Formats: sequence, C-alpha cells, structure tokens
Amino acid sequence: MHAALTLGPIAYHWPAERKRDFYARIADEAPLETVYLGEVICSKRAPFFERDMPDIIERLERAGKTVVLSSLAEVMLPRERQATRALCEMEGAEIEINNAAGLHARAGAPHRIGPFLNAYNEATIAWLAQNGATHVCLPHELPRASLAHAAKAAGEIAIETEFQVFGRAPLAVSARCYHARAHGRHKDNCQFVCEDDPDGMPLLTADGTPFLRVNGIQTQSESYICLVREMAELVAMGIRHLRLMPQSVDMVAVAETFRACLDGKIDSEEALAQLSETCAQTRFSNGFFHRVAGHRMVAGSMPVS
Amino acid sequence: MTLAELVCPAGTPAALRTAVDAGADTVYCGFRNATNARNFPGLNFSTDELATAVAYAHAKGSKVLLALNTYPPAGQVDLWREAADTGARIGVDAFIVADMGVARYIATKYPEIRLHLSVQAAASSPEAIRYYCESFGVKRVVLPRILTIPEIRRIAQEIPCEIETFIFGNHGLMVEGRCSLTNYVTGLSTNMDGVCSPAADVEYRREGDGAVSSCLSGYVIDRFGPDEMAGYPTICKGRYQAPHRPEGYYAFEEPVSLNLARLLPELIDAGVHAFKIEGRQRSKSYVRNVVSAFRNAVDDIRAGREANIAGLLQLTEGGRETQGAFETKKWR
Repeated sequence: MHAALTLGPIAYHWPAERKRDFYARIADEAPLETVYLGEVICSKRAPFFERDMPDIIERLERAGKTVVLSSLAEVMLPRERQATRALCEMEGAEIEINNAAGLHARAGAPHRIGPFLNAYNEATIAWLAQNGATHVCLPHELPRASLAHAAKAAGEIAIETEFQVFGRAPLAVSARCYHARAHGRHKDNCQFVCEDDPDGMPLLTADGTPFLRVNGIQTQSESYICLVREMAELVAMGIRHLRLMPQSVDMVAVAETFRACLDGKIDSEEALAQLSETCAQTRFSNGFFHRVAGHRMVAGSMPVS
Repeated sequence: MTLAELVCPAGTPAALRTAVDAGADTVYCGFRNATNARNFPGLNFSTDELATAVAYAHAKGSKVLLALNTYPPAGQVDLWREAADTGARIGVDAFIVADMGVARYIATKYPEIRLHLSVQAAASSPEAIRYYCESFGVKRVVLPRILTIPEIRRIAQEIPCEIETFIFGNHGLMVEGRCSLTNYVTGLSTNMDGVCSPAADVEYRREGDGAVSSCLSGYVIDRFGPDEMAGYPTICKGRYQAPHRPEGYYAFEEPVSLNLARLLPELIDAGVHAFKIEGRQRSKSYVRNVVSAFRNAVDDIRAGREANIAGLLQLTEGGRETQGAFETKKWR
C-alpha cells in the first residue's frame, strides 16, 4: 500500500522571510505529497503570513503537492471566530478543521479533521464522516491498539487516516500566552516575543532536566516524536498519511529519510541513525504509541498481530 | 434573573448526601472507571451506589448529573455506551459529555434525557456551542474558565442553550480536553483515562540541602525550601526554568484556586444559569462548608439581599485565590 508523507502546519512564529524560504525548498526538494499551511496556534500571528500565502500555495502546487489550509485550534475572540468562518466557508480549497466552530461554518461541505479536534474513536469518526469529513488526523496520544481499531473502522467507510510520526508532541493549549508571561507581559501586549524561539522556548525542571517547550499558548514536548520504527506498522494498519511537523532542523533531510525508509531503501535502524544525526540537539520519543509515558523511547516495534 | 442553580461535586456517596443536605440544587458524579474525568482511586460510584444516590437526591428535590466526559479510545467505546445505558436506567437527570461519538449515542438512544456539554469539549465560541446544540440537542454548556464576564454575556445572547460556569475550586490552566501533559509524563491519559497528575506517580524527595522536590514520575515539578510546605506536583502548576527565567518561575500559573464569590451577581446578570463548584476529590467536610456557604450567598442574591462575601472568601483562607480570566483579559 502506498503511504504518503505530509508536512503539518508550522506551529511557531517564524519570520515571513524564513517561511518563504522554507516552503520554496520544500516545494523544490522534499518528497512530501501534502503540505498543510496556515496559523493554527495564535490568531495574532496570522497577518504576517497572509500576504505570502497565494505565492506559496502556487509554488507548492506547481511542484505537484496537495495544499491543505488548516484552521485555528482555539477559537474564542472575535478575530478568531472571523478567521475560522472565512476559512471554513471557502469553496474549492481543501481545508483541515481543528475546532468545532469550523465544523459549524463548514456546514457539511467536504473537509479534513485536524489533530486538535479529538477524533479518538470509531463512533466520532463515523459521525464526522456523515457530516462531510473525508480524512482524519488521529490524536497524537492514541496508543497502537486504538490506532489500529480507528484506522480499520475509518477504512471501512472510506475515510483516510493520518498520524504524526515526527516532531514535538502538541501536549496542550491554553487561553493564556506563556511566552508573553515568561517576559512579564500578557497576550494583548506580547510584542511577538515568541519569534525569538523558532523551535519553542525550553522549560527545564528545577534540577535542570529539559522538559517542555512553550510556543505561545501552546505547550509542546521537549522530545521529538519519532515513529520511524513504527511506521511500517502504521501503514499496515491502513494509516496512509504520515505527518512530519516542521521543526528547526533540515526538514528536507528528515523527509528524505522517512521516504527512503518507506520505500525500503534503508531499514528503520539506519533511518533512526540518520534522523538522530539530523536532529542532534534533541532526543526522540515514541511512548504514546507504546502506551507508556509519552516522553519515553521504547526500543523496537512489535510486529502487527 | 436566571435561577442560579448550584451544581455541586459528589466524589463519593457520602459526599453526595452531604452536598444534597447542604442545599445543592444539583450534584454531579461519575462511575468508578475511565468514563469520567476524575477517575481517582477511592472516588466515584458503582451502579448500586448511583441508584441509591439518585433516589436520595430525588427524594430531597435535587438533581443528579452523570459525568461521561472523557474521550473513549477506539475499540473501547462500549464502556461509555454501557455507562450511558446504566445511567438512563437509574434515571439520572442529565449526562455531561465531551466526545461526539458518546453525545450522538445518547442523543439517538435517549432523546428524552438532557445532554450537557462538558468543559472537556472546550467549546469557547458561540459557533462551537451551536454546533453541539444543533448536532446533539445539547441543553447546557459548561464554559471553559478562560472567558471574561462581558464575553460570557455576549455568548449567552448568541446560543440556544443554558450556560454553566465554574465558580469555585481548582483552577486548571490548560484548555480542558486538549491536554496530554499527564500522559507525556506518566503514561496515563487525562482524556482517555480520566487521570491528572496521578497520586501513584507522586514522590516527595528530600534533597541534601533540606529542600523538598515534589516529583511526578521522576520529573521535578516544583522544589520547596526546608520551611515551606511542599505542594502537589500538578504539571501546570509547577515551577520551571526558562532562558529568561533562570531563577525558576511558575511558567503557567501560580498554585491558586478559583473563587468567584465576588462576581456571582454579575455572572447571573450576564446570563449564567448554573454555578459549578469543582472538587469531586474533596472531603465531606469541605463539600459541606463550600456548598452551604454558596447556598446562603445564592439565596441572598436571589432575595435581593447583600450576600455574605466575607464567608465565601474565608473558604480559601490560607490558600491563594484568583478570579482568573473572569475578571480581566489581562489574565491571558
């Protein structure tokens, strides 16, 4: 079965120029089939990128990639409601919805379900499918047995499934901006301090252990999820879309390694070694998949049973 | 003016009777398993206990809400369906749900029983709330603790259902239903297992300098001096170091609890139907004190009298309290 690599939306506040360069290189060089674009975390950041979106979309599509526009995870303020409505009422565009406000605006027209929407089980997936969903990104904390069950049930009603296999885990969101708080500010006068931390602001425990990353209102894991060893099993379950989250590393190299492993050109141990080199500053984790603490890296993957 | 229904926690059958006797209009509780978000050891109800509790509450004119407000992982949905079937058979007055699959099951099979949307569903806009109302016939939304009173007032004008807000108790910082911090650290999930910073994974470690580290599964969540009282290691209440804060700081929130005693009249005026007191994990005496104090306050407000706010403020005496986002958006 063919498996596609996808690139999730950039979670961080990268400067516009960095985003332009990043997507230009993704378009030209990365073996990715789908690219998700848009500001998912903080509505204050969105205007910085909007002007460049049409050019970036065109460039990615010319390179043969499917472009999907992702909606905000948290929708509360008037500008967030407006942005969600405008995006989800767009006709012709492929969109991924991350909040029930977006489902309301979409009113049953076709769409994808994003990882923040909490499609944990077959009953929820069936409900969403009846109301226009064609594709579901499953929550990052689902363990192996539930992933298999969800993918099978989705497959039976012709719903595509997707799962994050690389990048920091999106552990929590809040109404409060923790980046602003760290600098003695609040959300309304943040002065975009989050731009200083393109891979998130590290939080260490009192004994100096790297623990979490702050990204505006979002809290992420210190470790990068890395399911390169589990990937074949995910594909065997029927999960045909494997999501890489943009981090401040060579994402073309990351995509190439995952692709080579999917294509059987290198084995998963070699792939893991390559990824460890590409991401030398960061440790990996796969605990959620193995139903142990998410931060852990468990050796090996059991065969499909 | 709305009814200002007082919705009180019942972690055990004894706490339920206490809350009812202290004047709760409504109590909420859950089964002793993963189907509710306070799946803690020693808490919650068996089927028989719930049946007895519902009979007790109904005889005294109180309502019982059953929390089925976690997210069933794929392959285990039956546990939630059976819990709903049992609740319906016993005659609970409403279900509190978060998962769309669970909501749909109840809306289809038991359309005569009220559905309340849990705070775990994180519906914080009129559109999201309307989605649940139109899809599943939700009659009441429990609002996330992130909105100011003017924002609540605007939402009330734009939705077709009742509003319940938290007024007292633990003050979680993350959007409920969207937090996997506990699973990252311990391997147990808040959304799927109903667990948050579980006690079995807690360790208080005495350091060489006399300090006490408050740990969760080996991660130091906070550290206290020899004379300080060591706090519980809830991840979002911990003290961490950041590049600009090498001294360590409360990265998310100080360990404070929510107390909206002063704001009750404003909340009623904004269109809030029901006030929720957090604390199913709390003792009987705590439940008695808090419920009777708020009972008196709400009765005073309803009768147009000045409420005894001082008494309510004493409830958190010694502990630190906040009005959180309700008072000012600068909290964000």
